[in-house]
Amino acid sequence: MAIADIPEYAHLTDSDVEALGAELDAIRADIEADRGERDARYLRNTIRLQRGLEVTGRALTVGARKRSMWWAGATTLGLAKIVENMELGHNVMHGQWDWMNDPEVHSTSWEWDNTGPSAHWKHTHNFIHHKYTNVLGMDDDVGYGLLRVTRDQRWKPFNLGNLFYNTALAALFEYGIAAQHLELGKKRKTPEAKAELRRDITDVGTKIARQVGKDYVVYPALVGAVTRSPEAARKTATANLLANIMRNFWTNAVIFCGHFPDGAEKFTKFDLKDETQGQWYLRQMLGSANFRSGPVLGFMSGNLSYQIEHHIFPDLPSNRLAEISVRVQALCEKYDLPYTTGSFPVQYAKSWRTMAKLSLPNKYLRATSDDAPETASEKRFRGEGESRLTPVVDAGTGRRRGLRTAIAENRSRLRARVSA
Amino acid sequence: MGWRERFEAPVAGVAGSSGGKWARAALARVTTPLLPDDYLHLVNPLWSARELRGRIVSVTPVTSDSATIVVRPGWGFSFDYHPGQYIGIGVLVDGRWTWRSYSLTSEPDSSRDAGTVSITVKAMPEGFLSSHLVNGLTPGTVVRLAAPAGEFVLPDPLPAKLLFVTAGSGVTPIMSMLRMMRRRRQRVDAILVHSAPDAADVLFAGELREIDDSGLVEVKLRLTQSDGRLDSAALAELVPDLTEREVWACGPGGFIEMVTSTFEQAGRSDHLHIERFALERGEAGAQGGTVTFGRGGKQIEADGAATLLEAGEKAGVLMPFGCRMGICQSCVVMLDKGAVRDLRNGAEHVEGERIQTCVSAAAGDCTLDV
Repeated sequence: MAIADIPEYAHLTDSDVEALGAELDAIRADIEADRGERDARYLRNTIRLQRGLEVTGRALTVGARKRSMWWAGATTLGLAKIVENMELGHNVMHGQWDWMNDPEVHSTSWEWDNTGPSAHWKHTHNFIHHKYTNVLGMDDDVGYGLLRVTRDQRWKPFNLGNLFYNTALAALFEYGIAAQHLELGKKRKTPEAKAELRRDITDVGTKIARQVGKDYVVYPALVGAVTRSPEAARKTATANLLANIMRNFWTNAVIFCGHFPDGAEKFTKFDLKDETQGQWYLRQMLGSANFRSGPVLGFMSGNLSYQIEHHIFPDLPSNRLAEISVRVQALCEKYDLPYTTGSFPVQYAKSWRTMAKLSLPNKYLRATSDDAPETASEKRFRGEGESRLTPVVDAGTGRRRGLRTAIAENRSRLRARVSA
Repeated sequence: MGWRERFEAPVAGVAGSSGGKWARAALARVTTPLLPDDYLHLVNPLWSARELRGRIVSVTPVTSDSATIVVRPGWGFSFDYHPGQYIGIGVLVDGRWTWRSYSLTSEPDSSRDAGTVSITVKAMPEGFLSSHLVNGLTPGTVVRLAAPAGEFVLPDPLPAKLLFVTAGSGVTPIMSMLRMMRRRRQRVDAILVHSAPDAADVLFAGELREIDDSGLVEVKLRLTQSDGRLDSAALAELVPDLTEREVWACGPGGFIEMVTSTFEQAGRSDHLHIERFALERGEAGAQGGTVTFGRGGKQIEADGAATLLEAGEKAGVLMPFGCRMGICQSCVVMLDKGAVRDLRNGAEHVEGERIQTCVSAAAGDCTLDV
C-alpha cells in the first residue's frame, strides 16, 4: 500500500524535513524578491506570441481548401492552443502572475480556451490536486476516476480497457477536464448539493456551447461566407478539430509525464491537518516527475517539464522554474533524495507502460504495491527486519546515504536475485 | 434570461456605446473566451474597453513637489463625471501595476472637448507611487484607469451659501468644482478656506487668486507655518456665518477630524460633506485593525496574526476559500481600502490589489470586497 510514513520513506528525520523546508522557503523568498520587469516582459511576449499564432492559424484556414493551407492552419492553431492552455491558462490561473497586479492576467479573471470553465478547473486542479497531491482517495487526478494508474487501486474488469480509455481521454481531454469538476459519480442528497450540480452543469454547458460554437460553427461559417465555398467551411471545421485534438493529446501527455512515470509516488490517506510545510514540500517532491527540456520543449509544456518545481512552488512564475530546478536538484543531492526525470519520450512511455500493466489483475504482475515502479511504500525498505528511518552518513565520502541510495541498493539486490 | 442579455453576456462588464457593445458581442463569438479588445489593444494599447486605459499627455509641475498630469483615456471612458470625484490610476513600475486614487482636477465640460482628464499629484515623502508620478512619468506612457467614482460632489443647483475647507492637496477635488462653477458661471455666496504650510506650498496659488479676484469665490489662505494650524476657533473667526453654510471639506485625517467636530458641536453635521484625500495608509508596521467586509458592511476587529479568512468567518461573512494554505488562489478578493500583510513573508499589500485572505492579516484598518 502506498506511502504512509513519508519521512520514514524519505529516510529523513523530522528536523531534516524542517531544514529542507527552510531551504525551499529561502528559494521562494529569493525568487519573489527578484521578480520584476524581466518576468513581466516574458509574460507579455508570450501573450503576444500566442495571440499572433492564433490569428495566423485562423487566417491560414481561410484557404483550408488547399491541403497545405489546411495543415499549416491546423498546426499553427494547435500550437496557439497549446501555448494558451499551458504557458498562459494553467500558469496564470495558478496565480503565478498575480504579483503583476494586472487585472487582465490575474488568476481571478482569466478564462481559458478550453471547454472547462476556469472557475471549475481552479477548484479541481489548484485546490484538490495541488493540496492533496497523489493522496489516494483525495486527489482525483490519480486516474481521473477512469484509469488504473497504481496497484493501490483495486482491479476491476473495467480496467482491461485502460489503454483504450487513455487514448480516448487524451483525444477528448478538454471534455474530461470539464466533466471532472462535476463529479458525476458522486451521490447528491441535499437540495443544495443538487442545485449546485445544476448550476455547474449550466456553466459547463454554456462554456462548451461557446467553444464548440466558435470552432465548429461560427468560424467555419465565416470562412464559408468569405470564400463562398461550403467546402472551405467544412475544411475549416476539420482543421479546428485537428488543432483541438493536437492540444488535447499534448496537454494530456505533459500532465501524465508529471505524475505517472516510474518513481512518482502515491500516498495513503492521512490527516493533512498535521502536515507541516516541510512535509508538504517533501510530498510534492516525491509525488512529481520531470522530463528534461530545453527552452522550446519547456515553453511548449508551460514549463511543466519542471513539474517537481511547479508542485513545490505552484504560484511562482513559470519562467523561473528552470533556475529553481538547479537549486532543487542540489537539495536532492544533499538529502540524497531521488529527482525523478528522464527524456520526454521515455517518461511518457513509462506512464503508458504502467497503464498497460495495470489493465491486468495483480496476479499477473510481479511487483507489489509496496515495491512497484509506480507506487512504493516505506515497507520496501523494511524487508530485512531493520527499519532504515535514520539516514547514515558514509564515513568514507562524507555523503548522506538516504532514499536515493536505498532505492539503488534495492534495485541492485533485485537484479542480483533475477540473474541468480 | 432574454435573448438580448444572452447576446450581450460576453461584454456585460464592458463600457461603451450600445452600437459598439453589439459589435463587440458579435465579434466575441469568434474570439471567445477572449474579447475582441484583447487583440485590439495589442495593436494600440488604448483600443480596449475591457480595461480602461489612458495615455499620459503631459506632466506639468505645479509646485516644487507636485504636478498636474493630463491623461487621454482610451475606449470606454465616460466623461460624465462630477467635479469632486476621483479616478483610479495604475502605473507599471518594475513589471507591477501599482494603483492609487486621485481626485480629478479637470472639469467635465472641458474634458469632453479636449478628450482628456487631469489629476494633480503631490509627491509624498514616503509615497513611492506619488513620487514616481510627479518625477518619473513621461508623456506617452500608457496607464490603466478605474472609472470616476465618489460621492464627494456638489448638488445641482448649488446651495445659496457654500463653504469649502481644505488642507494641502485636499484642495484638488475642490479645484475641479471651482473650475466648473467658473465655466458654467454659477454664482453663489462661496468661501474657500485653504491651509498650506507656506506660500510656496499652495497648489494652484495663481488660479486661486484669479478666482478670488473675479469674485467667484472668496479665498482665505491659512499658512500654517506663520499663522498656526487651523482649528475650530480660527475657522469660526475666518467664516463667522459658517453654521449657515453647506460645507465641503477635504484634507488629511487630523484636519478632517477637526472640521467634523467643529460642525458636530454646531449641530451642523448634516451639512458637512467630507473626503479624506489620498489613502489613509496604516502606519508602517501596523498590526491588526478593523476589517470591513464591503458588500455586507460587516466589521470585526482582527489582530495582526489572524488571517482575514478566519476573521471573516468569525464575523459571519460567507468567505470564498480553498486550500487555506496559500496554494490555490480560491480565496483571493479585492482589497478596497487600507493595507494587509502576507503572513508568509511580511509583504504589505495596499488598496487596488487582489489579496489571498487565507495567508493575509490586517495591517491597520482595511476593507475587503466580499
